[in-house]
Amino acid sequence: MSVKNPKMLELDRLWKTYDTPKGPTTIVKDFNLKLKEGEFATLIGHSGCGKSTVLMMVAGLSDLSQGNMILAGKEASGPGPDRGIVFQSPCLLPWMTAFENVMLGVNQVYFTASKTERRQMAEYYLTIVGLGDAMHKRPSELSQGMRQRVGIARAFALQPKMLLLDEPFGMLDSLTRYELQEVLLELWRRNRITTLMVTHDVDEAIFLSDRVVMMTNGPEAEVGDILNIPFERPRNRKEIMEDPRYYKLREHLITFLNDRSHIRPSREPTFKPSPDMAAELATQDFPVCTMTA
Amino acid sequence: MLPLLNCPSINTAAAVKISTDFLTKYILPLLGIFAVLLIWTAVAGGVREEKTASGFTKKIKTGLIQDLPGPYETWVKTKKYIVQPFAKREELDQGILRFTWYSLIVVAKGYSIALIIGTPIGFMLGLSKVFTRMFDPIIQILRPVSPLAWMPLGVVLFMGAGKHANDLGALFTIAVCSMWPTVLNTAVGVRAVPQDYLNVAKVLKLSKWKTLWKVLVPATLPYMFTGYRLSLGIAWLVIVAVEMLTGRIGIGNFLWNEYNNGLYTSIILSILTIGFVGWALDRLMSLLESRFKSI
Repeated sequence: MSVKNPKMLELDRLWKTYDTPKGPTTIVKDFNLKLKEGEFATLIGHSGCGKSTVLMMVAGLSDLSQGNMILAGKEASGPGPDRGIVFQSPCLLPWMTAFENVMLGVNQVYFTASKTERRQMAEYYLTIVGLGDAMHKRPSELSQGMRQRVGIARAFALQPKMLLLDEPFGMLDSLTRYELQEVLLELWRRNRITTLMVTHDVDEAIFLSDRVVMMTNGPEAEVGDILNIPFERPRNRKEIMEDPRYYKLREHLITFLNDRSHIRPSREPTFKPSPDMAAELATQDFPVCTMTA
Repeated sequence: MLPLLNCPSINTAAAVKISTDFLTKYILPLLGIFAVLLIWTAVAGGVREEKTASGFTKKIKTGLIQDLPGPYETWVKTKKYIVQPFAKREELDQGILRFTWYSLIVVAKGYSIALIIGTPIGFMLGLSKVFTRMFDPIIQILRPVSPLAWMPLGVVLFMGAGKHANDLGALFTIAVCSMWPTVLNTAVGVRAVPQDYLNVAKVLKLSKWKTLWKVLVPATLPYMFTGYRLSLGIAWLVIVAVEMLTGRIGIGNFLWNEYNNGLYTSIILSILTIGFVGWALDRLMSLLESRFKSI
């Protein structure tokens, strides 16, 4: 690595306010966070608490209402390829193959490299994420998990200063999710890009990150607590699960999510089935699949 | 084991399925055509010969609609246009497909102009709120204007071109009338480009030009082709009206001339031909359209 920059990202009193017909609503309030170079941090919180908003502000896709954002010592504004993003849905362009999708970014960032070098770069990252044989397929021919692999390869291929992951595995089944967490860690082992990930999966946060930042419930979400994850890298899922500290950490996170993220009193549900509908639902005869010998 | 494989009822079911498919696919449409022919024959007029007391034969028109030729009469009298579809006997006496071909050439020219002008306008409407505010009211007012109304203006605009004024006016009319579906569908398509795709372009800092060609155009293509298909339909509608007004040789002109000559069978032949060609063009475009939609 070149010049060590102790602080890769500094978020200083970030606010996000939206104007609504009923007056301004504050989604994120006074959000402070500092990330060291090569650190993997996770934002965790309930759905809709504003963690994705923070990430989109860091990405430059959402404006800051107030506050400062300093990326690698420079004030950052607007989006740019210095921050690689993996969205929840992979956001691949469906008319391009996996390879072309990665090349779109590579061409943009490494315009000085030769064409062969750029091709090799895209091929390299696609191979690492396990798409060596499928790189010339269109997204429609790939499974959801494979598409997300392409998304990850595209983000890493930019060799950005920061990696921003917005619930990258949220739409995957748990087996695929575990696989992709390993893929992500493998890439990250080779190239420790400072990473900020958003998730609501407690185990995912512990397994992947160095620090877990817990956010209080929105609106007016802020940093509630920060938890250091002490496990050595490279990490092994089995060893971590067997570590007694794992359950302490997990408990800490879950307790926070249950209690300390001030949950507002729940209201009565606005939708109630009419008596007719309720009766119909009760008698509904769902088809049952039976196996015959 | 899969006991179901040996079950005979499945094969029967499949056979029944195939025959219902055959029925709905071929038999029912044929029945429909037959029913229409029947009604046509029933209402069509004919001629009955009658000997008068003075020994002359008198022709008396019969039928519900006396001047409407029936299916058989239509076939007999228009056979020469159909059997030799590309023949050219005289300027106004040519095979039906030859007339159609003349019309198609004009349509192709006018339609190309419509696409070349309409697509960029659609993109500008889709991309710029200012442009939309400025021009949307005008478009909404010009869009419903009939081709019959545009035609004289078209000729006036190209009056300076002398003997080509009619031809250029015809192209103008086709282009103006058929442009709107392309304009509007393209605009809708551009507005409907998913934010996700635009975010990709933003994050990679693609230049405006690259964003247009790598993201916007491919994402809008399905909408553009819907517009192109509708536009072609309109262009084909307009050509008939234009030929009637200008006297350009073509299928619409043939129809009008034969009406003036009292040869009503040719009108029916022309209508059927126009319908068939319009249908074929639409099929062709929807094939193209579905190719782009499948991406």
